[in-house]
Amino acid sequence: MSAAPASIGWFARHELKLGWRDWVAMMTGGRRSRSVGIVVFLAVVTVLLHLMAYGLVSRWAANGVADNEATLVMLTGTGILFWTIMLSQALEAVTRVYYGRSDLDLVLSSPASSRRLFAVRTGAVALTSMLLPSLLAGPLINMLALIDGPRWLYAYCVVIAMGAISTAISVLITLALFRTVGPKQTRLIAQIVAAVVGAGFVIGIQAAAILYYGDMSRFALFQSQALIDAAPAIDSTFWLPAKAAMGDIPALLIMLGIGFAALVLTILLAAPSYGQHATSAAGLTHIRSQRRPATRDFHLVSQRHALRLKEWRLLQRDPWLLSQTLMQILYLLPPALLLWLNFGHDAGAFVVVVPVLIMAAGQLAGGLAWLAISGEDAHDLVVTGPVSPRTVLIAKIEAVLTVIALVMAPLLLLMALSSPQMALITAFGVLLSAGSATAIQLWFRVIGKRSMFRRRQTASRAATLSEAFASIMWAGMGALLAGGSRLAIAPAIVALVVLGLAKLLSPRRS
Amino acid sequence: MTVPALAVSHLTKSFDRPVVQDLDLTIRAGEFYALLGPNGAGKTTILRMVAGLLQPDAGDISIFGVDARRDPIAAKRMVAWVSDEPMVYDRLTPLEYLEFVAGLWQVEPKRAQAHANELIDWLGLSPHANQLCGGFSKGMLQKVALAGALVHDPKLIILDEPLTGLDAGSARTVKDVLLGKVRDGVTVIMTTHILEVAERMAERIGVITQGKLIAEGTLAELRTRIGRESSLEDIFLDLVAQDSEAA
Repeated sequence: MSAAPASIGWFARHELKLGWRDWVAMMTGGRRSRSVGIVVFLAVVTVLLHLMAYGLVSRWAANGVADNEATLVMLTGTGILFWTIMLSQALEAVTRVYYGRSDLDLVLSSPASSRRLFAVRTGAVALTSMLLPSLLAGPLINMLALIDGPRWLYAYCVVIAMGAISTAISVLITLALFRTVGPKQTRLIAQIVAAVVGAGFVIGIQAAAILYYGDMSRFALFQSQALIDAAPAIDSTFWLPAKAAMGDIPALLIMLGIGFAALVLTILLAAPSYGQHATSAAGLTHIRSQRRPATRDFHLVSQRHALRLKEWRLLQRDPWLLSQTLMQILYLLPPALLLWLNFGHDAGAFVVVVPVLIMAAGQLAGGLAWLAISGEDAHDLVVTGPVSPRTVLIAKIEAVLTVIALVMAPLLLLMALSSPQMALITAFGVLLSAGSATAIQLWFRVIGKRSMFRRRQTASRAATLSEAFASIMWAGMGALLAGGSRLAIAPAIVALVVLGLAKLLSPRRS
Repeated sequence: MTVPALAVSHLTKSFDRPVVQDLDLTIRAGEFYALLGPNGAGKTTILRMVAGLLQPDAGDISIFGVDARRDPIAAKRMVAWVSDEPMVYDRLTPLEYLEFVAGLWQVEPKRAQAHANELIDWLGLSPHANQLCGGFSKGMLQKVALAGALVHDPKLIILDEPLTGLDAGSARTVKDVLLGKVRDGVTVIMTTHILEVAERMAERIGVITQGKLIAEGTLAELRTRIGRESSLEDIFLDLVAQDSEAA
């Protein structure tokens, strides 16, 4: 039996269909023939994640997990880590509910209720924000259930409750932003808040661990006696989520009740104004004011520099890039702190710092390279210009690598003051990692609008995986080089093999 | 004899089926030429090959005597391409966009700046010259794209359905600009489905179906060919019908 048109069930089915097709397209890159390979790949990843989770929790849970303060601190700390990721994701997704224009104009101009659409889309946000943490925490929960009993499976219900709460908070933040700063600034501020929330807790914990224990591991802090001593009493409501995750049924029911009530009440509160806010977000493009003087001096530049300048201007004005760069810079703070604290001391800390910097450079370069190389809004103009395709590509690569150099330079300088050799190793790794990510984006380039950035991975899973794997391998090489190990050659060779495979898998160009 | 603005010979292109078949086409310098044809006839494919956006399977393209396949850069220096979907950067202002185009075509900055301001004025974009293009209507974007095409003083302007989706005022501006350029000696090649526009603006008209040029000439010559006094619409429909009957 099908739901009545424009009812909540009807919208839900529509969203589910679109979501499913999006997911399939993202996983298979639009090629159905890849489905079997993807299933096998996912199965292998699932098994590996479970093995890693077993390694993490087996010793801790072997004799049964005690219901004491130490356990509650560890569970709550880890839970907050997952929850901040959820909140960050939900906040980003909620802004898309308001600003995404794919079919919103159609729905808003129809006689269908925008409140129902909002309810369904907010529900979808809650569902997706539960999904990633469930996938990440799933292997840990499953292994705990295997070792210490099925009571741990209730932790999934806690993830559901937390997902609902994060979505409700995200909607409330977005609503508050719409009312205070208006539709023009809401998206930008929400993206920055999402980036800070997503990275903030992890970084704060790492910074605390570095300051107190000289170690970047956040678990060092969760296990510290000082934190356990300072924690609230065991009967405090603060531990409700942790107790629920451990199978305490009353705590679990309270958590689910809070989550469900928060989500429903927020939807009821925000739905009436959804149409109005979404429309005001759509009308933004027509209300820009003139702020700069009406004349502008043109300068004589080479074709390459004209292309570079254009790329830098566009990158600088890209809201995604702003939040992404902010996040990368935030992630670089703990290693910078570790560097600062170890200034002039032995090279031990570098083994940790070097790979983090190399990985960050690779990730940032991957995103930037897509924006510069594939994200070309005026492809026809550039192709019909009297400039060779080679010059265009070189200029775009230069634009990307210059940005990476600018972000990395202060950290490398700080490092060079402490150890020029380590700075050299890091610079070498950063160059290789950023260069590899850029090369992969170059080989797999599929010209599209910059606004398609979020879907860039649809073009090729092979590109995404090889980019990530190459970065990890270069980071491994950096860490081993920093530790003075000759084994550094091994991950370097693997990285080169990955690059070679990526080149082989990349589409041929005439 | 003067060098033609565009000389195409034996041009061929196939995708999953032949789209352009052994096409010969010559367009004189300073001419306004309209290329007409039903949907899927191959008009856009022909123009994209001329503009260097597509590689032909076979054939030659000569732009003002320059072999566009052998020396594409030299050919591109003389050509401007405007598509039906204006491709402009959302996060550049019209002036920044024109500065970028001038940089690509290596136009001397002072001349480019003066020309850009003139074009911005001419196209009625002055109040928006320093606003990001992201918020512009289709008509405004098309005007920015047209300004970009003109800022480097091309000798040949190729336009693919430039009037699609434009309001009457914007369409009039675009038409006036193009006629002005033809008066200045620039060659314009345009595809359009608005036959009244072709009838009023073009000096010569070419009709394409299934990748082949089935008729070409002035409006009077085309009328003579079908043997009666008709509008371009009637002539076009007759020619296309005759061709499909023959096929």
